[in-house]
Amino acid sequence: MDAWRKSLLEGLRFDDLGYYQSLGFKSGLEIHHQLDTRTKLFCHCPVRYRNDAPDAVILRHMRPTLSEMGTYDGTALMEFKTRKQVVYHLYRDNVCTYEMDDTPPFPINQEALDFAIEIALMLNCKLVDEVHITRKQYLDGSIPTGFQRTAIVGVDGWVPYRDRKIRIQQLAIEEDACREVSDVGHQVVFRTDRLSTPLIEIVTKPDMRTPHEVAEVDELLGRLLRSSGRVRRGLGSARQDVNVSITGSDRVETKGVPRTPDIRALTHYEALRHKALIELRDELKKRGITTETFRTKEREVTGILSSSRNPRIAEIRKLGWPLVAIALKGWGPLLRHKTQPGMTFAHELAGRVRVIACVDEMPNLFVLDGLGEGFSVEDETRVRKAIGATDDDAVVLAWGPGEDARTSVNEIIARAKEATIGVPAETRQHLPDACRTDFERILPGPDRMYPDTDSPPVPIARDRIARITAQRALRPWEREELYVARGVPVGLARQLAIHRHARMFERLIADKTADALLLAVAICEWQTAIRRERALAGKPRCWPDEAQLEQLLKEGLAKKTPRPALLLALKKLYAEGIVEVPEPLAHREVGEIWARVQEASKDVKYKTASLTADYLTGRIMKESGWRASPADARGIVGKHLSI
Amino acid sequence: MTSPDPLKGYRGRAREVLKSHQARVWADVEIETEDGVFEGIVLPRSEQADDRHMVLKLSTGYNVGIAVDRIRTVREKGFREAHYKIPEKEFPFDPAKPNVTLLGTGGTIASRLDYRTGAVIPAFTPGELYGAVPELADIANLKTIKLFGVFSENMGPNEYITTAKAIGAEIEAGAAGIVIGHGTDTMHHTAAVLTFMVQSSPVPIVMVGSQRSSDRPSSDAAFNLQCAVNTAARGPIAEVMVCMFGPTSDSYNLLHRGTRVRKMHSSYRSTFRTLSDIPMATCTPNEVKPLRQDYKRRRDDRNVKVDAVFDDRVAIVYYYPAMKPDIISSLVDNGYKGIVIAGTGLGHVNKPLYEPLREACKKGVSVMMTVQTMWGYAQMYVYDTGRDLMELGCVPCANMLPEVAYIKLGWVLAHTQDRAEVAKMMIAPVNGEITEREPPDGYLVFQGGLPEVEEFLKRGWR
Ligand SMILES: [Zn+2]
Repeated sequence: MDAWRKSLLEGLRFDDLGYYQSLGFKSGLEIHHQLDTRTKLFCHCPVRYRNDAPDAVILRHMRPTLSEMGTYDGTALMEFKTRKQVVYHLYRDNVCTYEMDDTPPFPINQEALDFAIEIALMLNCKLVDEVHITRKQYLDGSIPTGFQRTAIVGVDGWVPYRDRKIRIQQLAIEEDACREVSDVGHQVVFRTDRLSTPLIEIVTKPDMRTPHEVAEVDELLGRLLRSSGRVRRGLGSARQDVNVSITGSDRVETKGVPRTPDIRALTHYEALRHKALIELRDELKKRGITTETFRTKEREVTGILSSSRNPRIAEIRKLGWPLVAIALKGWGPLLRHKTQPGMTFAHELAGRVRVIACVDEMPNLFVLDGLGEGFSVEDETRVRKAIGATDDDAVVLAWGPGEDARTSVNEIIARAKEATIGVPAETRQHLPDACRTDFERILPGPDRMYPDTDSPPVPIARDRIARITAQRALRPWEREELYVARGVPVGLARQLAIHRHARMFERLIADKTADALLLAVAICEWQTAIRRERALAGKPRCWPDEAQLEQLLKEGLAKKTPRPALLLALKKLYAEGIVEVPEPLAHREVGEIWARVQEASKDVKYKTASLTADYLTGRIMKESGWRASPADARGIVGKHLSI
Repeated sequence: MTSPDPLKGYRGRAREVLKSHQARVWADVEIETEDGVFEGIVLPRSEQADDRHMVLKLSTGYNVGIAVDRIRTVREKGFREAHYKIPEKEFPFDPAKPNVTLLGTGGTIASRLDYRTGAVIPAFTPGELYGAVPELADIANLKTIKLFGVFSENMGPNEYITTAKAIGAEIEAGAAGIVIGHGTDTMHHTAAVLTFMVQSSPVPIVMVGSQRSSDRPSSDAAFNLQCAVNTAARGPIAEVMVCMFGPTSDSYNLLHRGTRVRKMHSSYRSTFRTLSDIPMATCTPNEVKPLRQDYKRRRDDRNVKVDAVFDDRVAIVYYYPAMKPDIISSLVDNGYKGIVIAGTGLGHVNKPLYEPLREACKKGVSVMMTVQTMWGYAQMYVYDTGRDLMELGCVPCANMLPEVAYIKLGWVLAHTQDRAEVAKMMIAPVNGEITEREPPDGYLVFQGGLPEVEEFLKRGWR
């Protein structure tokens, strides 16, 4: 994988503006981040992830509802075609009848709404005056109601990026979906623990012009969210989807980009896929194939292939599944048209068959063009003859259990026909190499949004906005500027700006005389070191109580506790949960310790007096329990050694 | 369906402001506020909502509310009124399939949403139902009659009588079975009343509804409807039944006898339970599996007896400690002819009620005793209290559910007001409202947290 990935990344310049502009590259982000609330968004369950066996299991199905025009929405219909059994794992401590869709929603979590308003303000959004809870249909089963409750909190914001603004289209507050456990054939299994966790969704306009810019803006927004102090941290708390289009293509969304740096290669190769599909369309046009002239022929060929030696075909025969051949008239070799590294247009067909017909064991189709899929010339000739395919036609072989074979054939034909238009608007998933993508589902339109009749609109009062504005977190760039002005080095300021204790730091440095550098070091570096040490020792990975930490640092500053003693006090807080900040020793007490040290170290002599002094100072410090002021100790020793 | 009011749902201040800007619903507008510009379609507003905001649908499909007092200008760019209609597709007729009649009372078993306002539009004609649940055509030929459009809680004597007569007429006209679409809140009241009003039916009479409306992808409506239509078309049980979810999982439905069923949860799918007995059968869209043999069989004749009368001068008194005597006497003074008491324990009330109850009986009011425990019998011989009450004239109704006793008393009182005659009819069961015995598995309210119950929940789809 690594070698493969390396080969894909080789020689790419993701910030080559001229090149990406020539493609018409445009990209936008959808960032989802969980809010750090005590309870869920529409019920009172505590948010907690579970990996143990479920306490109960229920079975449901999702049925598409009629859309606005009295028809079924594309995504909806597609997912119904799959007729999945949806199984939910329930946990009695973290899931109630709301998540099970057996109780209507409780009023929206006001803490979560406060957090969303605060973040909307940080993004310079216009706030709505009344929040309307909307249902966004999802028929994949990831939410037991079949829709996600979501609401716009702010629109038309922006963040500064280099010398321009990246526009924020909207900020919504919504409930998180289930986690998928497995999806095999016609059964998908979900874990409900994460379900209904409050989440914000930030959608940018397609203002990014190169893959590099997309990654940078993603990082910028991630830092802004963390600096708010209102979002959850750790694995799974943030997910981003990225939209790409080029000249002549519709917006395609890739879900769940794993890491910010991966955005570069993913958006790059997605743009190239669009380019390849547009070229395919033009090639088809040259051959006289348009949406109007697109023709296919199909026929069941189970009998014709009854003696095939192809091992996959033998397996399918054993299962008793029908085999159907489809001729795409006039396509010639175009099923082998390259779309992504190592992938061809045939993979686009396979993706649809995998998802929609649930024929998910690969390969799920064959292209019969003599290019080594294990068919004899005789077999291929017989199949081609049976469906009346000429040398000018491409032939695909599909299969599936019972009804699924029919769905496979329909999907292959539908997707092939879309090639005459260009790039279908769809949602894609990334492959493990984090460069290429595969079909996930058809991109749903605004048709799947409708008002939630179970929830009343929530007005956002002006005084609420005033209260939140007064206490809103500083943006990361505002923080960095403030911290640097107080003497914190740039690197540390950048770290501290998104630290969970950044607000506390700001409270402490409100005292203009406070040693900001010491505080920054203690909050960032000391804690990192202590936490690493504790992790290595197998101790629990929790943070100290913030009020205690604040008290400790405040007392430390007030008492002028020597740094090593303060560090020890911090360790004690981690280990025992208590705050004990020692006073520095008085000069007289240090003198008494010196007397003892002097006695014990009579014979110690280093090469230079200065080294000896260092040693003796260290001894005093240690003897004092690190409570002696280092300057004081050094002064006494220096005087003795006359240096 | 052009809405005559260009500011539908807006009132007070909001109406005034929108009017002054010449704004109207369904207009595609650009609104300038103190904060900036919002673009979208003006939506009608819910009448219950405040008069300080307007609702705008953005192009993304989201709705937002804007404070009317912060609006500076409204510019109309277009007008896009939506017309909502369930697509009608002709319900196919197959002479080889049984004919089922679906009577509509107003519950929205099949419906879809007005996607902009969130209002629910019921689907009801066969064509609409076929558009929404096409699977029904695989089961039976469907005829629909819309009796009225009321919410379940507004069902009453007039509706009961109309429904019973319609059922009788449809059976006589040859229906292989009857399905009644009904809101779930009072479905068990209607199931009981139809048991009394439509007797000796040769075909199944199946009540059905939904706990999740059919505009939701997770709705139980389509499954319930298919189960009910199949039960009516082919099921062997010629009784009034309620057909609703068995477990909360999409798995199978239960058929409950109309006189023993009750809605037991305000929102669960599997809210209907048979009390003090076991259900009649399990069913799916293609089969009915009886759980017992003591049911009335489907017949070929058309000899249904419709006895649709109801006296509504009946009340239920849900007893509580320290209830004052005037609760009873005020009912008597107001001309009530029947009182059903839901008593404590085995059927008890406190002493201060004895006198007004004696008075009520003396004035010819029929007083019935049921139990608020829901499960079990009124056993008034066990304690002195019970014996005293019987002596006053209270009639113990064995294990008849309080709601069923209320319904039956209303039906009986329309036949006779003679107290002895009323008592006789009350305790002679028409169809299972009193049973001779409660089987050991008639009362199963499992308690979570017990290891064996948790084990049961883990083992499969419940
Ligand atoms: Zn919950």
